[in-house]
Amino acid sequence: MRAYITRRLLLLIPTLLIVTIIVFCAVRFVPGSVIELMAAQIGEAENMEEAIQSIKHGLGLDVPIYVQYGRWLGGILTGNLGKSLWTGRSIGEEMLNRLPVSIELGILALITALLIALPIGIISAIRQDTATDYIGRSIAIFCISVPAFWLATLVVVYPSVWFGWTPAIQYIPILKDPVGNLKQFIIPAVLMGMVMSGTTMRMTRTMMLEVLRQDYIRTAWAKGLKEGVVISRHALKNALIPVVTIVGMQLPILVGGAVIIETIFGLPGIGRYFVDALFQRDYPVISAINLVIATFVMLCNLAVDVTYAYLDPRVQYT
Amino acid sequence: MAQIELAPTFREERARSFWADLLIRLVREKPLGTVGGAIVLLLLLVGILANVLAPFGYNETYVGPRLAAPSPEHLLGCDQLGRDLLSRIIYGARVSTIVGLSVAGISVLISTFIGIICGYIGGKLDIIAQRFVDAWMCIPGLFLILTIMAVTGPGMVPVIVVLGIAYGIGQSRIVRSAVMGIKANTYLEAARAVGCSTGRILWKHVLPNVTAPIIVLFTITVGGAILTEATISFLGLGLPPPTPSWGGMLSEAGRRYMLMAPHLAVWPGLFLAIVVYGINMLGDAMRDLLDPRLRGGLGRYDVARKKLPK
Repeated sequence: MRAYITRRLLLLIPTLLIVTIIVFCAVRFVPGSVIELMAAQIGEAENMEEAIQSIKHGLGLDVPIYVQYGRWLGGILTGNLGKSLWTGRSIGEEMLNRLPVSIELGILALITALLIALPIGIISAIRQDTATDYIGRSIAIFCISVPAFWLATLVVVYPSVWFGWTPAIQYIPILKDPVGNLKQFIIPAVLMGMVMSGTTMRMTRTMMLEVLRQDYIRTAWAKGLKEGVVISRHALKNALIPVVTIVGMQLPILVGGAVIIETIFGLPGIGRYFVDALFQRDYPVISAINLVIATFVMLCNLAVDVTYAYLDPRVQYT
Repeated sequence: MAQIELAPTFREERARSFWADLLIRLVREKPLGTVGGAIVLLLLLVGILANVLAPFGYNETYVGPRLAAPSPEHLLGCDQLGRDLLSRIIYGARVSTIVGLSVAGISVLISTFIGIICGYIGGKLDIIAQRFVDAWMCIPGLFLILTIMAVTGPGMVPVIVVLGIAYGIGQSRIVRSAVMGIKANTYLEAARAVGCSTGRILWKHVLPNVTAPIIVLFTITVGGAILTEATISFLGLGLPPPTPSWGGMLSEAGRRYMLMAPHLAVWPGLFLAIVVYGINMLGDAMRDLLDPRLRGGLGRYDVARKKLPK
């Protein structure tokens, strides 16, 4: 087991290196646009060239791209994610400040998704090919198909038209006002969770169906156990193992969804930071966020595989 | 000049019956898939006939009062520039069709190319290429796409190319594993034994045997691409304004007027949801009919692969 984990961790290194190259190069294909934006803000059209040169020099963008990459990578290895081109503030600190918002949103969304997905998925499987099952499956595909940004827009627009109620614009930190904070987060989190629950629901159903046909379930029935016991003790325990995998694999979708939801509801999380950086062409911020999130996803995948191997003794580490 | 009528060759006959057979099975066995197929067909028709069906142009301003509520003249009302919303939504179907089909086309080409070569040749090439695909897949799709879109700037061509490449690289995994699944088959050994070149084997023997997952991938990608295009247009990085994108209609600019005219918030999203729902239903049915292995549900390790009879 330990050897397996070590090997997987070592395999992360080349992948991570390629990730740094992708995220670094992706934003630098068209250099200069951000500098022009900045120079335009300073004004004075006559010495535009000069202004551009001095800005470039100040930001360290006047050297060849591989030197920039080397400096950037060196910074990251020493734990320095760089500085924002516009505010000059440390990206690492800024992300740490925004992290609680995204984590809280993510956890609440995950809980919502599981609360919706597990019961419907299980009932759908137990009552296979009945009206209940069809309704459950339709709900699942609906959740996958419906655009999150549309639902969020409706939630922002309609209550304020009908009842004059609008979601809070100002972010309320959890330590200051826990109730207000929860009120603010619950709607965005439920929306995110709904969109996420579709895949989990289908996975739960498929796995339950597979497990319900196993010999040990027949034995459990034959022993005269009640339905509740057979389902919860024997079937569910076995069916949930792959569901753990799918939940882990959906984390990137969760992170992606945060971009939309945080933007619409004005929550100052990582997703919002990312969108703001995109519009300002703030390359270091964009690269840093991509890198941090890619690392997070990789660690999640590893954690999922390890948990899976741990939960299911039949899995061999090869 | 007189045309010589040729009898259909064996392959032509089989190709026709494959599609006909698929259609018959879809209608017979998959009612939900048929509904999905009907929705897709409707989208295609509306997309193609947009200029016939739409009562007004998509960018014809002040054909009605600004922010007008739905009325017999403007069935879905008008937007902030007095443009007929129904017309914009009908042209939006065309935009979605173009984006969906082109992105799926590009991505299937890329994923088939990478998948077949990596899966069949394997070795060092595969190991190196797969590390790149690994890295690519670690960055959540939306982040990667938004990052590249911020650099290329908005527009129809960038959207199609960026989405096509992003989907294509990620999905090459699925084609690759399908190729690896058939690699050990005797007919490939036979083809090698009679001295077929690698190119010929890939083209004539490997490709025809992985068409099923590729068709399924294509269908699923169309839905994903339409939804992603709407999302990035919504954020203002996809298709630029006068283009009638369903996502763009719900964006920041539109949202400012929605409190005065709430109908603006409903229709574009509703049509988007229905279309994506239809494509997903069709995709599901196609997967069940063509390639049940893609259904998922076996986890990462092939535990409990054994299917017991009902």
